[in-house]
Amino acid sequence: MIPGPFRYRRVRSVDEAVALLSQLGTDAKVLSGGQSLIPMMKFRLAEPSYLIDINPIPGLDFIEERDGMLRLGALVRESTLERSSLVRQRYPILHDTAEVIADPLVRNLATVGGNLAHGDPANDHPATMLALRAQVVARGPNGERVIPIDDFFVDTFVTALQPDELLTEIRIPAPPPRSGGAYLKFERKVGDYAIAAAAVFLALDEAGRITQAGIGLTNLAYKPLRAVDAERALLGQQPSEELFRHAAELAAQATDPVSDLRGPADYKRAVARTMTLRALRRALERAQANA
Amino acid sequence: METLPIQVTVNGRTYTAEVEPRLLLVHFLRDVLNLTGTHIGCDTTSCGACTVLWNGRPVKSCTVFAVQVDGGEILTVEGLERDGQLHPVQEGFWEEHGLQCGFCTPGMMMTAVALLNENPDPTEEEIRKAISGNLCRCTGYVNIVKAIQYAARKLREGATVHVGGA
Repeated sequence: MIPGPFRYRRVRSVDEAVALLSQLGTDAKVLSGGQSLIPMMKFRLAEPSYLIDINPIPGLDFIEERDGMLRLGALVRESTLERSSLVRQRYPILHDTAEVIADPLVRNLATVGGNLAHGDPANDHPATMLALRAQVVARGPNGERVIPIDDFFVDTFVTALQPDELLTEIRIPAPPPRSGGAYLKFERKVGDYAIAAAAVFLALDEAGRITQAGIGLTNLAYKPLRAVDAERALLGQQPSEELFRHAAELAAQATDPVSDLRGPADYKRAVARTMTLRALRRALERAQANA
Repeated sequence: METLPIQVTVNGRTYTAEVEPRLLLVHFLRDVLNLTGTHIGCDTTSCGACTVLWNGRPVKSCTVFAVQVDGGEILTVEGLERDGQLHPVQEGFWEEHGLQCGFCTPGMMMTAVALLNENPDPTEEEIRKAISGNLCRCTGYVNIVKAIQYAARKLREGATVHVGGA
């Protein structure tokens, strides 16, 4: 399959990218890892007039903890995230997520920034970022703005990014003591999108009660979903199997999956419940180990 | 129609060409350079038959534009053999019968080469994870794993390998 014709522009700075985006508007698409965009162009589902290749921009591939935040440059490859010892030790939920995205070959090019900016509810990072209360940093002609993740996903393939803005960085609050997270994905085979997946982040107080709860869900609605009622049910409670089953049920009720080749809606809702329950258990184990 | 000049080193040899931006790397390799060892399988970023190494990392060449690799180095299956000597990975696939129809084999071997460059002594689990983006519909993967283990042993025993270099 051959994509439609387009013009190709390589940029070497964020400013250069923003200037081009301002000039070209919706005629242009940003090329990051390209592992979603190029297949869409081959299917002619996307036919941009211009591709702005941001890969040559130096310094956008950082993974660092600073001022109480983990900062991920937009061009961090999934394979880099997967291999990062900082991520593995401090943010195991992110490691869980990176290692189940697509397959190892795709992960060598696919980027964290692209996974979010694509706005696909089937992508894996959105649920994790929702659970972690991440922030997305975007640069536009009027400077930088920080978008809370809750405001970022607008619709299927639609995010809060404006046509003249470039996603430059993702910020994740550093984990407090006695906290832990996990991402669990149920897929038909390596490389497929999730039938259902759940991201859970929990923090406990000294008495073991839940002080923070984040639950994000993948591929279970028209956009990435936060299970707000389930989170609320956990807050202030002592973790227990009964409580987790209740929260998982609330999370499943929050979903609105469509019946397709990956299964009927009821089945997906049931898988969502199970994935949420298992992610809750694993997040709790990690939070308790992190005391 | 816009065309752009690119310069790419493929299997140690430098090529220059004028290409349309929409030309995919796999088509550049097969149709422009006549390097048809890199196969087109699914053409939808699923099967890994088109795997090549781009600056040492295995990628699906059906999902990269040729203009993107301007200034870079590509290694294809044609670059593995040296002076009539099979690369240990190729030898492994031969000795352990790591193929049946052979369609996935070039891509599978490129992934294996990259794995062994990074991890000379992989466990079976690590091998299976590394090749999980390369689909084989014939073998059931058992002999592919053995082939890669053969190559790993051979490389650790000190087989001298220079691939891609002039």
